[in-house]
Amino acid sequence: MAMPRYDKLVFEIGAPGRVGYSLPASDVPVEDPRAGIPDSYLRREAPALPEVSEFDVVRHYSRLSQLNYGVDTHFYPLGSCTMKYNPKLNETMARLPGFARLHPLTPPASAQGALGLMHDLAQMLGEIAGMDAVSLQPAAGAQGELAGVLMIRAFHRANGEKRTKVLVPDSAHGTNPASTALAGYQVVQLKSLANGDVDLADLEAHLAPDVAAFMITQPNTLGLFEQRILEITDLCHARGVQVYMDGANLNAILGITRPGDLGFDVCHFNLHKTFTTPHGGGGPGAGPVGVKSHLEPFLPAPVVVRRGEAYALDWKRPKSIGKLQAFWGNFGMLVRAYTYIRTMGPDGLREVSENAVLNANYIMARLAKDYDVAAPGPCMHECVLSARKQKKLGVTAMDIAKRLLDLGFYAPSTYFPLIVEEALMIEPTETESKETLDAFCDAMIQIAREAEQSPAVIHEAPVTTSVRRLDQTRAAREPDLRWAPRR
Amino acid sequence: MANIPAELRYTKDHEWAKQEGGRIRVGITHFAQEQLGDVVFVELPKAGARATAKKAFGVVESVKAVSDLFAPLSGEVVEVNDALAKAPETVNGDPYGKGWMIVIAPSAPREWDGLLTASQYEEFLAQSGP
Ligand SMILES: Cc1ncc(COP(=O)(O)O)c(C=O)c1O
Repeated sequence: MAMPRYDKLVFEIGAPGRVGYSLPASDVPVEDPRAGIPDSYLRREAPALPEVSEFDVVRHYSRLSQLNYGVDTHFYPLGSCTMKYNPKLNETMARLPGFARLHPLTPPASAQGALGLMHDLAQMLGEIAGMDAVSLQPAAGAQGELAGVLMIRAFHRANGEKRTKVLVPDSAHGTNPASTALAGYQVVQLKSLANGDVDLADLEAHLAPDVAAFMITQPNTLGLFEQRILEITDLCHARGVQVYMDGANLNAILGITRPGDLGFDVCHFNLHKTFTTPHGGGGPGAGPVGVKSHLEPFLPAPVVVRRGEAYALDWKRPKSIGKLQAFWGNFGMLVRAYTYIRTMGPDGLREVSENAVLNANYIMARLAKDYDVAAPGPCMHECVLSARKQKKLGVTAMDIAKRLLDLGFYAPSTYFPLIVEEALMIEPTETESKETLDAFCDAMIQIAREAEQSPAVIHEAPVTTSVRRLDQTRAAREPDLRWAPRR
Repeated sequence: MANIPAELRYTKDHEWAKQEGGRIRVGITHFAQEQLGDVVFVELPKAGARATAKKAFGVVESVKAVSDLFAPLSGEVVEVNDALAKAPETVNGDPYGKGWMIVIAPSAPREWDGLLTASQYEEFLAQSGP
């Protein structure tokens, strides 16, 4: 008989009646719940909880942890996500009892250290982005976008202007139109040029009096710096249109240029990308949003302020768009980002971007012979390839992504941006060594050869992972989202 | 090359339109379904809704992307292909047949003349596409 499969759901291991605890006999009278709880709230059957021993639980979760795949174990070139190494010092600082054990409702007088950290982090982010004020509340990039667009809306309203539309390029990340629509605006999609740049003539034609904002990503989602950005922001401002920068790609420009200097009115930061807080399952996100002074009155309340020597939460902000998050944001993430910025310092942050750009260009140069590049480089912190050549041989971007898993690498982003056919978006980040980049490029080149000579090995991939190719179509058509008790 | 029936008219957003005795049947083209990949969800209006030319009437979602569906002509939606709710893959398998989406009773039938013919659509694909 084989060992139990500890990688099944915890509900599916164990045995009926097995328990992993023993409680002492009750030393208080045991009440019948029916005496105190109305009948309609009583359940008829016991809940279907897992029936496992402590040892089962340990084996189960140890096994799951071995199946984990992350930056701590593998190269993770997921484009647009900046999967860089997250220094362990961040974790140590976030676990300092003075931070970790602080109750969010501690009176400000007893939480000066935490408030001071938030105040200083907001200032540092403002300086990095050239913004006048920063709110740390949003819990992700997408929520930062929502906050930014709501502030723009409040600004226009305060000026007695009724503007109903927001322009978003077709190269944008899906969160841009989504947060815009959620803020009550009509989204107007603009066609980008082939290299992902804004088509200025087309933009100008769309800048009607009912347009509230233009939202773009800089560098754009093809990993290229929008060269005519100053013309773009000037053009928008001349028509009373606010310009929002999606800061997902900030890792390309730290210490080199600043959104505020490029004319942007608002931008968000993804602390879980650029500023080394965990990304994905490792922890909640954080998407602070920065604004120029004309938008400051509309920041989410409360704002951390400094009054003399003391820090306080300022709630008296009549024009605020309101509170966005439970308490004051994902505070543990703020401690990590603060730690990172302080350890790197201004010169270190500039080097981050220089090396991120260098690494991406190295990959682009090594792969340009075997894959089509989406737009001629040099690129910024990420490069976008197209597998259109391989597709003619029956090998898609998705196939290449699966084959990479077999060769020991996480896959790049695929099929984003949407304007690139068979897109493979590769963001190596600055924290990878040349040996890793070379090994990755070797794997990509090997796959290009396989596409020509032995495509079957690509179509079968992955074979080395714990599960083979998943049926994503069936998963989307017949989602099976939770375990249902067997009756 | 591509599968573009001659008797239909087309939009630049890759919808097709078919004359059926004054009413217009609408779906997405073979090219569109191929670009989208496996369709997993189709959201359509209810019969009786108004469609406006060049405006979204529904949404199609695939494993790769979510896209609006644009009405080729204005008018009242008189029929809706409810079968797509249970079997969205029909859009991939039979985009010009069982994968149709809505039927419009046009309020401005002349809008038909502004749609692309099969050869114009083919040319449009050749210019813009791979
Ligand atoms: C370009 C771009 N914009 C916005 C976002 C949304 O950020 P978040 O996932 O933090 O909500 C992402 C996320 O990957 C992105 O790549």
